[in-house]
Amino acid sequence: MSIRVGDAAEAPSFPRAARALLGNTQLRQNVRRATEVIRNRRARVVGELSDWEQLRQAGHEIKQHTLQYLDFYLEQFEEACTRAGGQVHWARDADEANAIILSILGARQAREVIKVKTMTSDEIGLNHALEAAGITPYETDLADLIVQLGDDRPSHIVVPALHRNRMEVRDIFLRKMHLRELGDKPEDLTNAARAYLREKFLRVGVAISGANFAVAETGSVCVVESEGNGRMCVSLPEVLITLVGIEKVIPRFEDLEVFLQTLPRSATGERMNPYNSIWTGIVPGDGPQEFHVVLLDNGRTKVLADTESRETLDCIRCGACLNACPVYRQTGGHAYGSMYSGPIGAILTPQLQSLEHSESLPYASSLCGACYEVCPVKINIPEILLHLRAKVTAAGDAPFEERVGMEAAAFVFEDPDMLALAQKLSRIAQKPFERDGVIRHLPGMLSGWTAFRDLTPIPKQSFREWWNERESQRGDQ
Amino acid sequence: MNERSEMLEGIRRAIGSRGSDRESDYASIRRGYHQALPIDLPECVHLFVDRLHDYDATVHFCPVEGIAATVAAVLSGRRKHSLLVPPQLPPDWMPSNFEFIRDTGLSYGHIDRSEGVLTGCAIAIAATGTIVLRHSAGEGRRALTLIPDYHLCVVFEHQIVGTVPEGIRLMSEFGRAPITTISGPSATADIEMTRIKGVHGPRTLDVILVA
Repeated sequence: MSIRVGDAAEAPSFPRAARALLGNTQLRQNVRRATEVIRNRRARVVGELSDWEQLRQAGHEIKQHTLQYLDFYLEQFEEACTRAGGQVHWARDADEANAIILSILGARQAREVIKVKTMTSDEIGLNHALEAAGITPYETDLADLIVQLGDDRPSHIVVPALHRNRMEVRDIFLRKMHLRELGDKPEDLTNAARAYLREKFLRVGVAISGANFAVAETGSVCVVESEGNGRMCVSLPEVLITLVGIEKVIPRFEDLEVFLQTLPRSATGERMNPYNSIWTGIVPGDGPQEFHVVLLDNGRTKVLADTESRETLDCIRCGACLNACPVYRQTGGHAYGSMYSGPIGAILTPQLQSLEHSESLPYASSLCGACYEVCPVKINIPEILLHLRAKVTAAGDAPFEERVGMEAAAFVFEDPDMLALAQKLSRIAQKPFERDGVIRHLPGMLSGWTAFRDLTPIPKQSFREWWNERESQRGDQ
Repeated sequence: MNERSEMLEGIRRAIGSRGSDRESDYASIRRGYHQALPIDLPECVHLFVDRLHDYDATVHFCPVEGIAATVAAVLSGRRKHSLLVPPQLPPDWMPSNFEFIRDTGLSYGHIDRSEGVLTGCAIAIAATGTIVLRHSAGEGRRALTLIPDYHLCVVFEHQIVGTVPEGIRLMSEFGRAPITTISGPSATADIEMTRIKGVHGPRTLDVILVA
């Protein structure tokens, strides 16, 4: 099996990557500004709905139900899609999915493909596989195009180029589109992208898309977007290949009534995104006449097996938790080493690939709970983070000092006498490090803790000591 | 064992035991959200128009017998002379002093060089200002309302429903027809979160609302 999440397995640990990024003030400014805009918009349109909590609850329950019967719904989807003229393929991991897609393209002798935003394809490293086979992929989502032409990485689930400002985008476009001149207004840049991509939309015969939802009952696929590049990709080429994570299936068409309300509001702060495309198999005389769906596992079954963190698979990729997260807003998305960044990335990446490759990610959070509060399908991210931290520790993968420290703490906390003794000893030991009632630096392996925070010294009297003293004074009276 | 059965087998193992049967588990999903809005049709129409204005779409009003005259007025205002139309657009929507080219399998290049397209729609949703196409013979295949830079769409008041759930219920009866929902002209906010109207879909959307 070759389960992988892009090249997240080789990514540096979160603290190391984050430290480097925190020095990039331009990036931090771009990220802060952009997340603030989306958060405000989201708050406004969510506040409009008096039934928002009921929609969240319904979304959560639909997803939980689907996962409970996932085998049934996948088979039902396959049958309905096949009946409507589609071809369904099953891929256990990244390599199998890439091989299936390459063989479809090979049979067509395709040299180029147009792509509409699919993070799942980033997950399996599809673009690398295509390029290695001599096939040129054209990303058509404006932000993805900026990332692709800038030889960059996505830093946000919904707005992948959010870390770039207009001047940076202008420089990338000028260089890579071979333009003689280009303004730096967002309009100028958008027009340049329109002109660059239009010729490709009208000419290239094969498209690759992801899917926001796959309806089991009808075999329909739904793609949610804003720019029209999604419509171009799913309705102009002769051949369409749609890569679908197995968790994207929903039972019935009517279930869209929940997600088409919660997704746009959470993702971009719109009541409805400009375009949704919903199609079922092949339509004679309209759109692609060859349609493939690749159902991808790539670690998802592993997530499904852990009932304590299964709801990670509820995610509809809206990115609201990124915008709400105080950690993400400081570091941006690159620190997470994966196309899935922010709080959801911190729980999804380590579960899809093995924990040892991303053991620092469950710690990339202050557990403030803002992510859970905004999640449109009520994924309890803080709880899952704690669950994963426990797994990291149990596997002995936690940093050495922390593991030793935690084990020692467990030993001490188990026994009241031991705790009292430890408190007394600590009071003596901390004296040399205390200045003005604060400890700013601890020595040796404890220095990691105080590198980022000040400590309040252990008080002169513990609660137990105070209680005993009080009781004995009462006894005296 | 092939990939398919191995995947399904793995999924069944991962799920483990299931408490109740699927149908009753699905039926137990709590759907406490609003199905409809507590407003009448005139208020619904008003809300729809409000939403369209929010999206910078232009809305024109007319009675049933005034569609062609309104199309003429809108096109004159936009300085357009020739539009594409789907194969079965009602003839009485098309004023005589303009050119209308029926799409009988035009090439993408041809559609790309056109001045725009005039179509009807299947339904509309007031709460989100959404126009829904099912790409019937009166709405045209998907390419027809996508490639041109200008879309003039005729919406009848009786086609408007209040909420997304009401709209989805009607859409679920469209069978295998492809569906496109349009909520304002295409847009992006990918550069510095500045909303730019018009990327790849029609940059201008005009709506004629028929009483």
